[in-house]
Amino acid sequence: MKKLLLPLTKEDIKNLSAGESVLLSGEILTARDEAHSEIFKLLDGARPLPFKLENAVIYYAGPCPAAPHKASGSCGPTTSARMESFAPRLLEYGLNGFIGKGEMNEATREALKKFTGVYFAAIGGAGALYGNAIKKSECIAFPELLSEAVYRLEVKDFPVIVAYDCRGGSIY
Amino acid sequence: MCRRATDFTVNTMRIVNTKEIEEKIYHAALKAGINLTADCENAICRAYENEENQAAKFALETILKNAETAKAESMPVCQDTGMAVVILQIGQEVFLEGKLLTDAVNDGVRRAYADGYFRKSVCDPLTRENTGDNTPAVIHTEIVAGDKINLTYMPKGFGSENMSRLYMLKPAQGYAGITDAVVETVRLAGSRPCPPVYVGVGIGGTFDQCAFLAKKALTRDVGAHSDDAELAETEKTLLKRINGLNIGCQGFHGNTTAVGVAIEKAPTHIAGLPVAVNIQCHCVRCVKEEI
Repeated sequence: MKKLLLPLTKEDIKNLSAGESVLLSGEILTARDEAHSEIFKLLDGARPLPFKLENAVIYYAGPCPAAPHKASGSCGPTTSARMESFAPRLLEYGLNGFIGKGEMNEATREALKKFTGVYFAAIGGAGALYGNAIKKSECIAFPELLSEAVYRLEVKDFPVIVAYDCRGGSIY
Repeated sequence: MCRRATDFTVNTMRIVNTKEIEEKIYHAALKAGINLTADCENAICRAYENEENQAAKFALETILKNAETAKAESMPVCQDTGMAVVILQIGQEVFLEGKLLTDAVNDGVRRAYADGYFRKSVCDPLTRENTGDNTPAVIHTEIVAGDKINLTYMPKGFGSENMSRLYMLKPAQGYAGITDAVVETVRLAGSRPCPPVYVGVGIGGTFDQCAFLAKKALTRDVGAHSDDAELAETEKTLLKRINGLNIGCQGFHGNTTAVGVAIEKAPTHIAGLPVAVNIQCHCVRCVKEEI
């Protein structure tokens, strides 16, 4: 299986094709429903974000709390379609792509082509496996949102499948 | 005139302290959050053996590995540890003493979600403020014959709950209308609810009762059919049609879009034909206990 280090380069993204399995290692950021609302309140108010979007990959996920001996609790993907109205603008701000589960809309697929981004599908419901692939987890924004806060995760060999590539290819 | 129970009438009843219900809920919630039901795991195994699509097979294999990891490490099998749905069938000869039943159930849920390192996923629908402890639970009570309490605990994730639908069909739409509604719901859900799904169907009753029937259908073991021969036949027919949709595990296409269909029905009004379709993801988690 192909192994990729994060952050991805545009060259990495161009070499990915829908249906391909990949093991990701490096840093990803979690954000789901409420975090997206908070991110866009800041962006719309022209205020700085507490983290960088450029070249980042957002993981649509809200983890379980970590048990004392663990870096993270269970942490599988949530349904990406709920965040699709935000996705094209995040790509415009320099994001490299997303990890989630399930189809996203046409506007997102077009934006992935336009900004050379990628959408990875993680296996929904495999929370324990993904939790164990997380080696470090740190809340970096909106802690009051609890599991919906933004966490910076360091992952090792995080298994995903390319769902949408940057040429319009789709696994769905 | 308002009559009070005397010592004599209470003597004929079985006394259950609600603390016992709280303990059962606590242990059921912990077990359910970590373990798939055995029937669900078997159904996923069969789907894996029966799959030819490479991406879907990889996804099914991952799901099976995940179930093993969750059990071995006592981790939630899915990070969406759900809203707690509790169905209590309370025998009419049971006398409840102790704290309020609702409080007992919620206290059991609260403790399990803290001790199990489960995600707290319950919030105010408008402010979206998290309640912080995954309460309140959704509690259904039914009064039944006897002196036992049958407890069903099911944590319900919302990736699949969001894909559920309720139809108020015309009586003339009949059987075809019902089956089309079920297949349409699964088709529209597509890859989003974490297929392969378990499809709970309620037919009849009122608007609210119909939705509950669909939920209750999901508490049946995966693969078990209705005692009603016609409904059992419909379940089999629907499963075939749904698996013909080629959505497959995670929407990657393939042979298994659903692991089962379970239907419950109730009498309805002459003017109506309600049909509710409650979608359950492949993480079927359900614990049943008798008190």
